[in-house]
Amino acid sequence: MESLYAITTGVLTASGLYLVLRSRTFPVVVGLTLLSYAVNLFLFSMGGLTTDGAALINGVKEYADPLPQALVLTAIVIGFAMTAFVVILAMRARSEAGNDHVDGRKHEAGEGRR
Amino acid sequence: MTLMWIALLPLVGMLVPMVTASHGRRTCSLATAVLPALALLLMLAQLPALSSGEALRASVAWIPSLGLELAFRLDGLSVLFNLLILGIGLLILLYAHFYLAAEEPFGRFYAYLILFMASMVGIVMADNLILLWLYWELTSLSSFLLIGFWSHRSDARKGARMALTVTGAGGLALLAGLLLLGDMVGSYAMDDVLTGGEAILADPRYPVMLVLVLLGAFTKSAQFPFQFWLPHAMAAPTPVSAYLHSATMVKAGIFLMARLHPAIAGSELWSVVVSLIGMATMLYGAWFALLKTDLKGILAFSTVSHLGLITVLLGIGSPMAVLAALFHILNHASFKAALFMSAGIIDHEAGTRELGRLGGLRKAMPVTALLTTVAGAAMAGVPLLNGFISKEMFFTETLETPVLAGLSWVLPVLAALGGILSVAYSLRLVHAVFFKPAKADPPHTPHEPPWLMRAPVELLVTLCVVVGLAPVLAEGLLGLAVEAVLGAPLDFHLAIWHGLNLPLAMSALALVAGITAYWRHADLRHFHRGFSAVDARLVFEATLQCLGRWSEHSLKRFEGGSLQRYMSWLLFASLLMGSLGLARISGLTGPLGNQPIDGAVLLGAALLVFGGIATAVTHRFRLISLIMLSVVGLVVALTFARFSAPDLALTQLSVEVVTMILLMLALFFLPQKTPTESSNRRNLRDVVLASSLGLVVASLNYAVLTRDNSPISGFFLENSIPGGGGHNVVNVILVDFRGFDTLGEITVLALAGLAIFKLLNRLRLFMPHSDSEGRLWSPDRYPAVLTSISMALLPLALLVSAFIFLRGHNEPGGGFIAGLVTAVALILLYMARGVEWSQERLDFPYQPVAVAGVGIATLTGLGSWLFGYPFLTSAFGHFHLPLIGEFELATAMLFDLGVYLAVVGATLMILANLGKVTTVHRPAKEPKSEDNASPQRPRKETT
Repeated sequence: MESLYAITTGVLTASGLYLVLRSRTFPVVVGLTLLSYAVNLFLFSMGGLTTDGAALINGVKEYADPLPQALVLTAIVIGFAMTAFVVILAMRARSEAGNDHVDGRKHEAGEGRR
Repeated sequence: MTLMWIALLPLVGMLVPMVTASHGRRTCSLATAVLPALALLLMLAQLPALSSGEALRASVAWIPSLGLELAFRLDGLSVLFNLLILGIGLLILLYAHFYLAAEEPFGRFYAYLILFMASMVGIVMADNLILLWLYWELTSLSSFLLIGFWSHRSDARKGARMALTVTGAGGLALLAGLLLLGDMVGSYAMDDVLTGGEAILADPRYPVMLVLVLLGAFTKSAQFPFQFWLPHAMAAPTPVSAYLHSATMVKAGIFLMARLHPAIAGSELWSVVVSLIGMATMLYGAWFALLKTDLKGILAFSTVSHLGLITVLLGIGSPMAVLAALFHILNHASFKAALFMSAGIIDHEAGTRELGRLGGLRKAMPVTALLTTVAGAAMAGVPLLNGFISKEMFFTETLETPVLAGLSWVLPVLAALGGILSVAYSLRLVHAVFFKPAKADPPHTPHEPPWLMRAPVELLVTLCVVVGLAPVLAEGLLGLAVEAVLGAPLDFHLAIWHGLNLPLAMSALALVAGITAYWRHADLRHFHRGFSAVDARLVFEATLQCLGRWSEHSLKRFEGGSLQRYMSWLLFASLLMGSLGLARISGLTGPLGNQPIDGAVLLGAALLVFGGIATAVTHRFRLISLIMLSVVGLVVALTFARFSAPDLALTQLSVEVVTMILLMLALFFLPQKTPTESSNRRNLRDVVLASSLGLVVASLNYAVLTRDNSPISGFFLENSIPGGGGHNVVNVILVDFRGFDTLGEITVLALAGLAIFKLLNRLRLFMPHSDSEGRLWSPDRYPAVLTSISMALLPLALLVSAFIFLRGHNEPGGGFIAGLVTAVALILLYMARGVEWSQERLDFPYQPVAVAGVGIATLTGLGSWLFGYPFLTSAFGHFHLPLIGEFELATAMLFDLGVYLAVVGATLMILANLGKVTTVHRPAKEPKSEDNASPQRPRKETT
């Protein structure tokens, strides 16, 4: 199970990074979101993969590690705030620069409108 | 403690002129003088305590881990320099009061001047190498401000920049040198360094350290080949030149060499380098002083020359040579300050400093003429004046030194040559201005300055004469200073007459030959014209520009303004680091091994892999890519649920919903498709880079998962109920154990919301009127089914969120999740009914909600202060109400309420404001504008 989990994290990371390297803002934002999923999964797994052991104190002997969970929970929310900020920034950049290239490059006529 | 005051009073005094500048110049000048004068008096009051030869010290720890202390010392050397800095500084202040024109900003000028004074005092009193260096840099900065004070003049700006560049670069070298020095001794405290001489000399790093420290000293003291900045610094107002180049700035390098003398002198390297550089500087400066035609230019080069002389003495380094150096520092400061001020007076009253336009001024300004003549004679080394005595000591030392072994005759010969030139340029200065008949009329009719403006010159010239006639008077001060430098008292006696000996003969020769040289001055100039002139400033500027271009060019290789390039560099670096780390672990699979795989996990992993790859592959078709992304997000939520993290699953699910709505909305305003841009090569590179990093991440993850980790969570599990009063450990960590982190996090969330609100302000957007295929948006405004469902769902959703919120402390849930659920319910309403409809019913801005959330959380934290507990300590208790029964209340709940409000406020601030943008741009109900109108809500793209 661990190997499968690790492979999944790796694939998500690779896909996210590939998108981050693209030249238009929207794929970069999507890539960042994908990357943050991968990172969250990675961080979450630092406490080990526990089945049926929620971190609730209710008499059960085996608990999942609550610390990575708390970290990832905040990371998810912060990740949303950052995604929102970046995507609005991308909109603003398009409105100011007239195109959606990550460097705000001037572009061929007709492109960037649609 | 008094020491602290001496060092810090001038620093505080910097504020005085700024405060009092509006009360007129007289008040301002007087007020400004108070604190430095007080510091001077305080220092004089310490003199009796110094007679034992032991330095006084005061220190306060600053950054102990760096060895940095706010430590000051007062010994003979500091006293000598402080007298010059504070004493001459006060005279300069008086002089500047009259010198500056009425309209000039004297408050600012005084502030710079006092700042400079304070930093010089800091250098001479610092008892810690790093502190000394800090003050050293402060002098570079404040002298930059002073030299460039007339910032409207190009030569002032360039001169200031040159001085800053040269002394600042030297300061960096000095820092390196001092760090090395401190490292050799094992301490940055001055005492340890001064007593660590033997260890330092024996250290193999000694030559490197010495060169670095000397670079600092030589650049500051304008020693060859760094002398070029000093003449250009003459673009400063004359009080500044008088101060910087007689008593302070350029003496800082000399001071450093004297201060560190016990520690770093005493090697052959030191003697040879320092004395030869000093000699070269002395002759270079003297030669050019003889040729310059600008009064201040002559003085500048003569300063360079005299600094060289002092450096030679320090290089020779015998006890008497050190004494001579200190004595000459004192003498040079007095006559050079007097000469600079006289030059300023002449410039001020006659309107020019050019020798060609001056002459015969003794008739118009007899007193100034007398004063200048005496000061000039002191500079030339005429008997019965102070300059004579120290110059004789200089000649004696050059005769006696063994520095150059077989070539030791070279030094006295060169010294005599320097003496001749010095007589010649002093004579020229005095004669050409006051005695030679004028060739042309100066711009103004010259006259005597106000008495008080001349007073500082009178005082200094009196000092020159008094010390020259009765050198015994200086013995006490010099005795203290030389003891501080050498570490042992020196038995000496200063006298005018030593009998008929070689030094006296050298003095006589210098006088006679100097007069001859001035007489044959025209020949000398003719000789000089045979060499092509090199303008130091042009060379300097050209070098700087060349350097600038080079660094710009090399910077562009890394920073070309391309995000893609930055990203690839960054990823490449992390790939390298990650692989290096992986290469050092023993075996990928750890001792724990794998747990068995079940079908659900396999399916989930397959979906994740598919979704991830599909998102990347379909990125040109943004909508599809987004749908693939949402698949990943949902399966991630399931993954969390599968591996015992219900809180995470709930959060991920609700965030997923909000993120998708957000990205859909954003996509409406962005191009729907990505054009093909990257070349195949670029694509291949990116794929390889991304996959290798993916591999590294996967291997890392696997390596960690299969190893036994010893978590620190035991503490949280044990203390969750007794300490935080909650059964849900994750929630207790969030609102209690690590509440401070959460507070920071919701602050970031609220800030992001506010920033987005600001970014959306006056945003001009491209409004598509059809989708990417050219189809117009559907004319249906709001689908009836959605409308009715959302209405029914709202109270239910609010109820659910209240439930999740309340049970959060003990069961999965909490403020974050409840906030997100509430936000989703409200957004659904917006989507189903449109912004206008919802706006009418939910008529309040969301910014205050988010801010109130952060506020409540902070106040909850502050509340624990009231009860004497640290910030964010939580309290809880069980209460009993009739009817309802036993229930529990915790302050953490209040904190969680803050979290809830912040999440709701921030999320709605982001989404509702973005939604509103569409309405602003929609040209309402006018049928004409159908072309560019967007009659449909953007999310319809999904259907």
